[in-house]
Amino acid sequence: MSEVKKIATRESYGNALVELADEFPQLVVLDADLAGATKTGIFKKAYPDRHIDCGIAEGNMMSIAAGLAATGKIPFASTFAMFAAGRAFEQVRNSIGYPHLNVKIGATHAGISVGEDGASHQCLEDLALMRTIPGMVVMCPADDVEAKAAVRAALEYDGPVYIRFGRAAVPVINGGDDYKFEIGKGTVLREGKDITIIANGLCVAPAVEAAEKLAADGVDAEVINICTIKPLDEELVLASAKKTGKVVTVEEHSVIGGLGGAVAECLSEKCPTLLKRIGVYDKFGESGPAAELLHKYELDAEGIYKQIKAFA
Amino acid sequence: MDTKELQKHANSVRKGIVTEVHSAKSGHPGGALSAADLYTYLYMVEMNVDPADPKKADRDRFVLSKGHTCPGLYAAMAERGFFEKKELETFRHTGARLQGHPSMHYLPGVDMSSGSLGQGVSVATGMALSAKLSGESWRVYTLLGDGELQEGQVWEASMFAAAKKLDNLCVIVDNNNLQIDGTVEEVNSPYPIDEKFKAFGFHVIQIDGHDFDQIAKAFDEAKQTKGQPTAIIAKTTKGKGVSFMENQVGWHGVAPNDQQYAQAMDELTKAGEAL
Repeated sequence: MSEVKKIATRESYGNALVELADEFPQLVVLDADLAGATKTGIFKKAYPDRHIDCGIAEGNMMSIAAGLAATGKIPFASTFAMFAAGRAFEQVRNSIGYPHLNVKIGATHAGISVGEDGASHQCLEDLALMRTIPGMVVMCPADDVEAKAAVRAALEYDGPVYIRFGRAAVPVINGGDDYKFEIGKGTVLREGKDITIIANGLCVAPAVEAAEKLAADGVDAEVINICTIKPLDEELVLASAKKTGKVVTVEEHSVIGGLGGAVAECLSEKCPTLLKRIGVYDKFGESGPAAELLHKYELDAEGIYKQIKAFA
Repeated sequence: MDTKELQKHANSVRKGIVTEVHSAKSGHPGGALSAADLYTYLYMVEMNVDPADPKKADRDRFVLSKGHTCPGLYAAMAERGFFEKKELETFRHTGARLQGHPSMHYLPGVDMSSGSLGQGVSVATGMALSAKLSGESWRVYTLLGDGELQEGQVWEASMFAAAKKLDNLCVIVDNNNLQIDGTVEEVNSPYPIDEKFKAFGFHVIQIDGHDFDQIAKAFDEAKQTKGQPTAIIAKTTKGKGVSFMENQVGWHGVAPNDQQYAQAMDELTKAGEAL
């Protein structure tokens, strides 16, 4: 097997901003003293006049972004997911969500794959929080190709968007000439008839791997990548659930309110189906290398396989 | 516009405020009345706005950071001709454009939705930055309460505005000295307000917020000030213009009953006739 290319989606984010800067002259990028880590530093280097460092004041940054958007700019406001969705929740809700302003939030360093920094910085609640804001589009791309496509789609869309990017390098699984990205549309990565696995972010690649292991055991799993948690591709979720009769969600997020929550809401109302939500089970993360933590929390291919096997 | 004319407009704005809050049976008359002269000057003289074209690109922007005092904003907008004064009676009613706190989507001419204290000044700062980035010459005004200065975000925004040299930003503090739980000193003193803004890098002007000559001079001085934002600290009286509301903390967020409304309107009518 040839070496799979790996890249962190935060890196994809920084690169996409640079690639799209000329096409979208209204694009400006805000950061809160984390440009090196969020990778907007790549944009800062290429377009210093369009990069504004707000310093360590995330609430202010979100409201500044609102003011920029209210006067015709398209700001990407960047910081760690913990501070974007957590600390600045009320600014995002009232300064951006309520007036439905054209602000894009690029939140990096989400989930336990933040690694050694530990629980204070490992946001496991951001997707749940952002999903509650009316009119907010919430995305969690799986790889370099999808992350870049999501940034473009966000720029082309008029309204508030939250995109979650990761710190750890992840394999590139999307691509090809026929690759298409659309906000609100999921993609079937593997067709199957026995069970549906719905994943997002860095859990997509190991979910595909887990499906291959299940195939060896005689379980034919369908794997769906849901980048847009809101609006959820209900049509795709429901069609697959009806086909397989059993659904598993996999995410590097609390099992409360994120992808698992969104799918549970959809299924229980429209097509009650046996469901297992794989994720972080109502607890905080901890320090350690990302790969070790993903293994410990059973979010690597082996852990996902084990959890699905116990359910299926 | 001469002082007498401005005072007449301000008197009309005050009547509008009292009418709104009475018709809503709720709302915040005290801090709207204290800022009535400021609202009047901003909408009748200072700001480049056009009621016939509320979204014109080069207009000056106004963000009401102390959003709960929007009865004053709405009354001043009606005075300027953005909508009929009759609509003031729909304030806070279901389906009304005059929401309990300003919403830019309900009412054309409102440049930003606000209400959560501390955020408006940041949004105004973002707008001022936006004008600078595009090389545009319109200005941004934002009105804050003195109690609002207790919000940390006010100082995050102030540090940023001064650091970025946003001289197109004018922050106005309605210093009526009262907030819901008492005087601002009793609750959590923001004083000295002038020294704080100076330390953050603002050009600071202190005025009597009910004196139109001082108001006019302050706004002119703000426009002349280059390289730094301006903070106008306007000393005012909460509830100004209605005898029983003046300097009474209890009138922060309470509507007058029918009898109190009649008395307030009678006082304001007499004051208007005396001008």
